[in-house]
Amino acid sequence: MQPSPAQTPPRANLAGWLYVSPLVLVLVPFFVAPILVVLLASFFATDGFGGLTPGFTLASYVEVLHSALTLKLYLATIKFTVLTWIFTLVIGFFVAYFLVFHVRSQLLAIGLFLLCTVPFWTSNIIRMISWIPLLGKEGLINQALLGLGVIRAPLEVLLFSDLAVVIAYVHQLTIFMIVPIFNSMARIDKKLIEAAIDAGASRFDIMRLIVVPMSKSGIALGTIFVVSIVMGDFFVVKVMSGGGSASVVSAFYEDVGVLQYPTAAASAVLLTLVLVAVVSLILRTVDIRQEIAR
Amino acid sequence: MKSDRGDIELAGVCKSFDGVTNVVDGVNLKIADGAYCCFIGPSGCGKTTILRMIAGHEDPTAGEIVIGGQNVVGLAPVQRRTAMMFQSYALFPHLTVRENIAFALRVRGMSKTDRLRAADAMIEKVRLTQFADRLPAQLSGGQQQRVALARAAITEPRVLLLDEPLSALDEQLRVQMRQELRRMQQELGITFIHVTHTQLEAIALADLVVVMEQGRIKQAGAAREVYAHPHDRYVAEFMGGQNVLSGCVEKVNGASFTLAQAAPDGIEVPLQARSSINVGDKVDIAVRRDDVALVRPGKELPPGCTTSLPSRVLAIEYQGYFVKVMLDTVPDDEFIAYVPEKTFFADPFTIGDVVVATWATGSALPLA
Repeated sequence: MQPSPAQTPPRANLAGWLYVSPLVLVLVPFFVAPILVVLLASFFATDGFGGLTPGFTLASYVEVLHSALTLKLYLATIKFTVLTWIFTLVIGFFVAYFLVFHVRSQLLAIGLFLLCTVPFWTSNIIRMISWIPLLGKEGLINQALLGLGVIRAPLEVLLFSDLAVVIAYVHQLTIFMIVPIFNSMARIDKKLIEAAIDAGASRFDIMRLIVVPMSKSGIALGTIFVVSIVMGDFFVVKVMSGGGSASVVSAFYEDVGVLQYPTAAASAVLLTLVLVAVVSLILRTVDIRQEIAR
Repeated sequence: MKSDRGDIELAGVCKSFDGVTNVVDGVNLKIADGAYCCFIGPSGCGKTTILRMIAGHEDPTAGEIVIGGQNVVGLAPVQRRTAMMFQSYALFPHLTVRENIAFALRVRGMSKTDRLRAADAMIEKVRLTQFADRLPAQLSGGQQQRVALARAAITEPRVLLLDEPLSALDEQLRVQMRQELRRMQQELGITFIHVTHTQLEAIALADLVVVMEQGRIKQAGAAREVYAHPHDRYVAEFMGGQNVLSGCVEKVNGASFTLAQAAPDGIEVPLQARSSINVGDKVDIAVRRDDVALVRPGKELPPGCTTSLPSRVLAIEYQGYFVKVMLDTVPDDEFIAYVPEKTFFADPFTIGDVVVATWATGSALPLA
């Protein structure tokens, strides 16, 4: 007979708590507590000079939701997110596909895979700055186009523009697509591909009917990474747009700068809710746990 | 010009993966249309490679593969009109049984209603109607095997290739699915090529048994021929059921020769197909284990038996309808007698008993 939970000896109970304690010790102070603080702050009133008055008011939320800027920023952020997602997905999928199905030697595949991580050996800032000599007014691309006579004046749209922001995001985040997609693709039995060829499937059929459906969990995980990073970012937007564009996070970064903590907190809570909604939508479309268990 | 015939001819087929050693080494074979052919051999003997070359998943390094009169080397599996059933089945885990079976029709561009109707007809044929909407993971091994068979058969191939189709099943199911394979083959009326390493499976199913060793065909023939008349020591030992003895030819007298052995008067062996045999040649002979009779020393040999090999009983295994008696008749090699149960228990031996092993002279078989 199985012992019911009530009959579990105290010793087993203690062991159970010990098992989860490391995670709890990390999660509570570094994750749960800050979120609670932000949540509380969003309901507080402010004296306008950084001082918080404990209490309960929805004024900050009303302010954030009533501001026309909020909608504009969300639209801008969603635009960046969607563009980045599409490019990282396409690039990430095909890089993973190449590594898994076209590189015969496993050692070479792992080597190439590690090569994908080389850009991460330097800091984010250096990776962004390194685009300037390429995309700038005097940069390589403009020089080349001028030299070829394709354009007469240097293209201004290359750097400090929305284009530059998307390029920087794609550069930074494609690896977050490659890794989970590579992982789920690598677990596809090569015999399935052979069975599909045997049935007469073309390369495109195999990709459409076998590889893509079986990489769904990787695509979903990569999407979650990319979407949550882009939606939570303000730094890349700020640097690469040269201050010309802003994201949702830029706004509450500004709020913090002028000591408007409750509005900043309310914006943060709102963004968290939006992100949770997006992620749960993704998880609803793809049952990651089931896919991984398969 | 399309041919519906599924007869296969392999001519000088070689395959090397590293350019040095041939995994398949000059195989010549004819398989008749509508035959059930079993390739059998130990792992690494090249049988699966031959199957994959016929299927078009591997190209031969040299030689021709002719199906229905057409050289198919370099053609895709679809153009060959072959279908393969993979070891461990390779069912698409994200598709239902019906979708798995309809897959080949889907990629051929058949409309949804047509292909689902065809799939349902096939599902009925393999008796899986109630499981049509399940995923492969929700099926038992035997059911998965039937899905794999249906998926391969739906394109009406002229040759169906089966790579160790029964190896993933437990013993009882294996015997059951064996019959089902044979039934399907007769129903479809197409050539089946089946790779296995189980002797019983091969001789139970096949019209043509092909025994392989190290990339070469050792013997190809009807099941009974390969089992009862093995060409050489390798085939005799691999197919089982035979005792193999070796010795030097002592004298040749007309239709038989005498082999020097532990036996007091040597072993008399009919010449049969072997014509050129000289005194002093080293020869292997085979004697079927169920042809061996055991008598107590001093008793008269049964009629027709001239050889008498005194031996000691090493071990006894009860096998139901017969008793397996292991003897020390020949040094180094095992020598086994399958004694019918009733005969054995009329006068049971125990371990350590001294007995005389004998057989009807005509049943000994000289090997190449």
